[in-house]
Amino acid sequence: MPSWPSQTLIVLRKDLLLSWRGRARIVAMISFAVVALMLFSFAVGPNSDVLSRHAGGYLWLALLLASVLSLGESFRLELEDSALEGLQLLPVDPRALFFGKALANALWLFLLGLVLVPASLALYGASIEGSPLALAAFIGLGSLGLAGPGTLYSGMTSRAQGSDVLLPLLLFPLVVPVLLAATKGTTLALLGDPMDQVPSWGAILVCFDLVYWSLCPLLFGRVLDD
Amino acid sequence: MTGLAIDVQALSRGFGARWALSGVNLRLAPGASLLLAGHNGAGKTTLLRILAGLLPPTSGTVRIDGVDPAVDSAAARQRVALLGHRGQHYLELTARENLRVPADLLGRADDVDGLLARVGLADRADDVVGTFSAGMKKRLSFARVLLKRPSVVLLDEPWGQLDPAGFRFVDELLAELTDGGAAVLVATHLVARAGELLDHGLLLSGGTPRWVGPACDLHDAMVAHEEA
Repeated sequence: MPSWPSQTLIVLRKDLLLSWRGRARIVAMISFAVVALMLFSFAVGPNSDVLSRHAGGYLWLALLLASVLSLGESFRLELEDSALEGLQLLPVDPRALFFGKALANALWLFLLGLVLVPASLALYGASIEGSPLALAAFIGLGSLGLAGPGTLYSGMTSRAQGSDVLLPLLLFPLVVPVLLAATKGTTLALLGDPMDQVPSWGAILVCFDLVYWSLCPLLFGRVLDD
Repeated sequence: MTGLAIDVQALSRGFGARWALSGVNLRLAPGASLLLAGHNGAGKTTLLRILAGLLPPTSGTVRIDGVDPAVDSAAARQRVALLGHRGQHYLELTARENLRVPADLLGRADDVDGLLARVGLADRADDVVGTFSAGMKKRLSFARVLLKRPSVVLLDEPWGQLDPAGFRFVDELLAELTDGGAAVLVATHLVARAGELLDHGLLLSGGTPRWVGPACDLHDAMVAHEEA
């Protein structure tokens, strides 16, 4: 029997393969996020200064909205033909199931975030005045912060009636700290960081990621059993 | 260790105020087979899901090869294979990829191609399962069951959706599994057919055992029960 880290890689590979097979859904998710970015610009109006100053916030709102689609989809595929039940019948560590699925979700959100950066820059007339590396790091850490609890709640709500409504209802309040830190860090990375605040916001984000990624795997087994 | 493959004592399972199973006792030795019959809602699938470790019992005890799933669920799940109503497949993956996932998780990746050939899917191994007929999906489910090399095999309607060749495949497989020492529990409405192949019979009605005896007599027992 493979160890649970090896099992995690097997589940991760399977989830990435499933996502790749459903490429049309990825395109739809990207399109949805870009449309959301466009709608924010329409809502704010033609004031390019306001748009470029808040580009980081709009990017994270679009990413958050798109994450609901992506997280819900990852469990819809598991329930389509009771495939999840097939995994539960194997002597697989629930932590491996959690980490495999959550890492796949985090990876797709990270890639989506990277795609949304040039779209945001183009739509809002912004530019990267700060560090591109810090920008990528905040998108990565923020994606982890969304994917950890998102995977847990997606598993919890996937078999419930009205799961499409329940998931954002449960997830959004929980990820507010992640959203705040990721938005602030992304904005600093885009506009520049004269007061050297990036490390502090990065540390806050890392702390929340550690809390989520420590607690959620422990609860995931219970969620699957119930 | 009790020496029994399945040892169930005073098993009950409720869903809210309704009892799906009540007072079920069941003992099955390695290499023995049991036909589980009853009308829709009699509790057959609930019993299979409890034995597979997918549902906890409300009361009573379950031992699989001497292992209590409530105490060591991983060890119990390693010993059991369940063929359920649904295929447990990823419809967007190919047959080989579908079988590869559990094979890798069990550390038996080398078995995949042999099992696909055994269930008659070698030539469709690289086709996406979503394009398969119901019978082909069932055959792939059998490959999953065999992959686990289980000591307890739970089959829910194993002949369902299969063609005549598939029926013969299941018949031969049942004999092969029991000859290999696995305890086999089959829940089906094809009582006459299963009665010729299996050892013991258990009739469930309303979640309660109504009749126990040789599998070949179960059909008559069902008729008598309905007339009563």
